[in-house]
Amino acid sequence: MTDLILTSRMVDHPADSHTIARYVDTGGYKALTKALSEMTPETIIEEVKASNMRGRGGAGFPTGVKWGFLAATEPRYLVVNGDESEPGTFKDRQLLERDPHQLIEGVIISSYALNVHHAFIYIRGEYPKPARRVQRAIYEAYEAGYLGENIHGTGFSLDITVHLGGGAYICGEETALLNSLEGRRGEPRLKPPFPAVEGLYAKPTIVNNVESISNIPWMINNSGIAYAAIGPERSAGTRMFSLSGHVERPGNYEVVMGMTWRDLIYDIGGGIPDGRELKAWIPGGASAPWFVPEEHLETLVTIDDIAQAGSMAGSGAVIVMDDTTNVVAAAHRLVRFFAHESCGQCTPCREGTSWLENVLRRILDGKGRPEDIDLLLEISNGISPGLAWPPAMTTICPLGPSAVSPITSITRWFMPEVEAMIGGSEVSNV
Amino acid sequence: MNQVISQWSHANQERAGKILDAYPEKRSAIMPLLYIASLEHDFASPDAMREVAELTGVTPAQVLSVASFYTMFKRDGVGKYLVSVCTSISCFLQGADEVLEAVEEATGIHHGETSEDGRFSVEHVECIGACGGAPAVQVNYELVEGLTPDKARQLIEWLTDSQPEVVLTDEMQQLFGGQRSFDWGSSEPEGAIAPVPAFGPYGSVGEDR
Ligand SMILES: Cc1cc2nc3c(=O)[nH]c(=O)nc-3n(C[C@H](O)[C@H](O)[C@H](O)COP(=O)(O)O)c2cc1C
Ligand code: SF4
Ligand code: FES
Repeated sequence: MTDLILTSRMVDHPADSHTIARYVDTGGYKALTKALSEMTPETIIEEVKASNMRGRGGAGFPTGVKWGFLAATEPRYLVVNGDESEPGTFKDRQLLERDPHQLIEGVIISSYALNVHHAFIYIRGEYPKPARRVQRAIYEAYEAGYLGENIHGTGFSLDITVHLGGGAYICGEETALLNSLEGRRGEPRLKPPFPAVEGLYAKPTIVNNVESISNIPWMINNSGIAYAAIGPERSAGTRMFSLSGHVERPGNYEVVMGMTWRDLIYDIGGGIPDGRELKAWIPGGASAPWFVPEEHLETLVTIDDIAQAGSMAGSGAVIVMDDTTNVVAAAHRLVRFFAHESCGQCTPCREGTSWLENVLRRILDGKGRPEDIDLLLEISNGISPGLAWPPAMTTICPLGPSAVSPITSITRWFMPEVEAMIGGSEVSNV
Repeated sequence: MNQVISQWSHANQERAGKILDAYPEKRSAIMPLLYIASLEHDFASPDAMREVAELTGVTPAQVLSVASFYTMFKRDGVGKYLVSVCTSISCFLQGADEVLEAVEEATGIHHGETSEDGRFSVEHVECIGACGGAPAVQVNYELVEGLTPDKARQLIEWLTDSQPEVVLTDEMQQLFGGQRSFDWGSSEPEGAIAPVPAFGPYGSVGEDR
C-alpha cells in the first residue's frame, strides 16, 4: 500500500485523475457520503482535531483548533486559499490541476462540519488552468448531486464560487484575501478581530489552504487518529514539498516529515547538478531564513525542528542554491519581490523594503559603500526590531519582516563574501 | 443592467449576470467583471471601469482604486500577446534574466512596453508558481516551463509568424518547453484569446467563442 495521501491518484492515473469518473472510481466521494449520512458536524470536527494536522498555508496552525474558534452566528463562510504566490511554491497548483475533486470533496465535508452553505475557492489570477480544472470539477459535482440544494437527500446544501485573483502576492494573507474577495484592495486588516469571528462580509469565516482541505477526505475515510499516526507527533501526516533551484530533480514531493535535510535534498531531490556543492537553501519559501550545509544538513524536516533551528517550514518551498550562487544577487532578488509586493499600508514595510532593495542593488552594481552592511542591518531593524526569529512585528502583517530574512541570512552566513563585494567595489571605484 | 453593457457580446452579458448572482454582495463581482470588461474594451479602460461601477453599485473611483491595486488589470493598452517572464528567485537561479533578454530582443521592446504594431507586450513578473520548471514564461497567462533563451526566441518568432487566435499552454509547452514542475497529465483543450486569464466564467476561453 502506498503511504501517500494526496498524490497517489494522480501518480496512478496521470491521464484523468482530474475527472469525476476517475475520482469516484478510485474511492472518491465515499468520505462525503459517510460524513453526511453517518457523522454529525461535531464528530467531524473531533476527527480533524484528533488528526493534529497543522495548516499548510504557512503559519502551521492546527486546523481543528482553528475550526473550534468559529463564532456561532450565521451565515458563516469557508474560504479556500489558493493564492499560492510565495516564490518557490507550486504545490497547490498541482493539487488544483491534477485532483480538483479531492479538494472539492474536502470543501463539502468541511462546510458541513462548519455549517457553511457558501464556500469560496480563491485562486491566483495567474493560474487560469488550475481555475478551469476546478470550475469544471465543480460543474461535474453539481451534476452528480454532490453540490447544490439538498445534497443526496441529506438536507445539506452548499454552493461553491471560484474567485480569480488579480496578481498580488499579499492577497495570500488571509485578511487581505477576504478584502479582495469583497471587491476591495487586497490590504491586510488589523487583527483582532480574527476571521473566525469577523471575516468575509464581517461574518464568521474559516480560511484554509488548498493542501489543508485536500487532506480532509482521507481523514474521514481513515480517521483522525490514523492521520496523527503518520510521521512525527507535531508534524503529523504527509506534506507537499516544492523543490526548486539548483537541484537535480526539481518538483513536488509528498513526503512523511521527519527525515533530515540531507535526505530531502540529496536522496529525494537527487543532490546538486553538475558536480557542484551545496551553498545554502531556503527551507520554507522566500520569507524564511536560509539554512547552510555546515549547520543544518542533519536538522530534521519537521515544523518544530525547523523553527528551533531559526527558520520556518512555511509553504513547503525548498529553494536550493549551489556554490556558483552570488548570495547578494540572490538576496536582492528576494528583497525586490517583497518591495514590489508590499501593499504600502505600513511605513516600515513600504519604505524599508525599497530601501533594502536599493542598497543591495548598488552593492551589486559595484557601488557598495563600507557602511552599507550596517545600513542594511539598521533598516532591517527598523522593520523588525531585534532581528529575531520569529520576527518582532511593527507592521500589520508579516510581509515586512519577511523581507529581512535574506539580509539576516547573508550577513549571518556569508559576511566575508558580502564584505568582499563591497571591498571589491571600493577598489573598482577609485 | 443591460443598458450599461448593451454593447457587450451576448455571452459576456450573460456571464456578467451569473457572476453577480454568484456572490452574496454585488461588490465582490468587481474583479471578475473587470476581466470581462477588459475583454470588451481590450483593457481596463475608463469606460470599462465605469460599466463595472454601475453593475456593482459603486463609484468609478472605487473601481479604479481596486483595479490599480492589482497588476493584472491593465489600465494601458496591451498587445495581442502579453509575454510575462518570471524573474523571481528560482527562475533567476536557472537563468531567467537571459530568457528575459532574449524575449526583449526578439520583440524589440522592454518591460512594460507594447510594440508599435500592437502585437506584443513584455513584462517581467514575480513567481508564477512554476519554479520546478524554471525558467518559466506565460503568454496571455498560459504557461510554458523549462525555457532557454533560444527557445524563448523561437516562441516569439512562432507567435509572430503563426499568430494563433487561441494561445494553448500544451501546444507551447510541446513546441518550446522543457523541464516541468510536475507531470501535466492529459492535455488541455482550452486557451486564451486575449491577455486576460482564460477562465470560462470570466470569458477569454477559446472553445466557447
Ligand atoms: C504575506 C503572506 C502571504 C501568504 N500567502 C499565502 C498563500 O499564498 N496561501 C496560503 O494558503 N496561505 C498564505 N498565507 C497564510 C494565510 O494568511 C493563512 O494563514 C492560511 O491561508 C491559513 O490556512 P491554513 O491554516 O490551512 O494553513 C500567507 C500569509 C502571509 C502573511
Ligand atoms: S507589512 Fe507590508 S504588506 Fe503587510 S500590511 Fe504592512 S505594508 Fe502591507
Ligand atoms: S520563481 Fe519563477 S515560477 Fe516561481
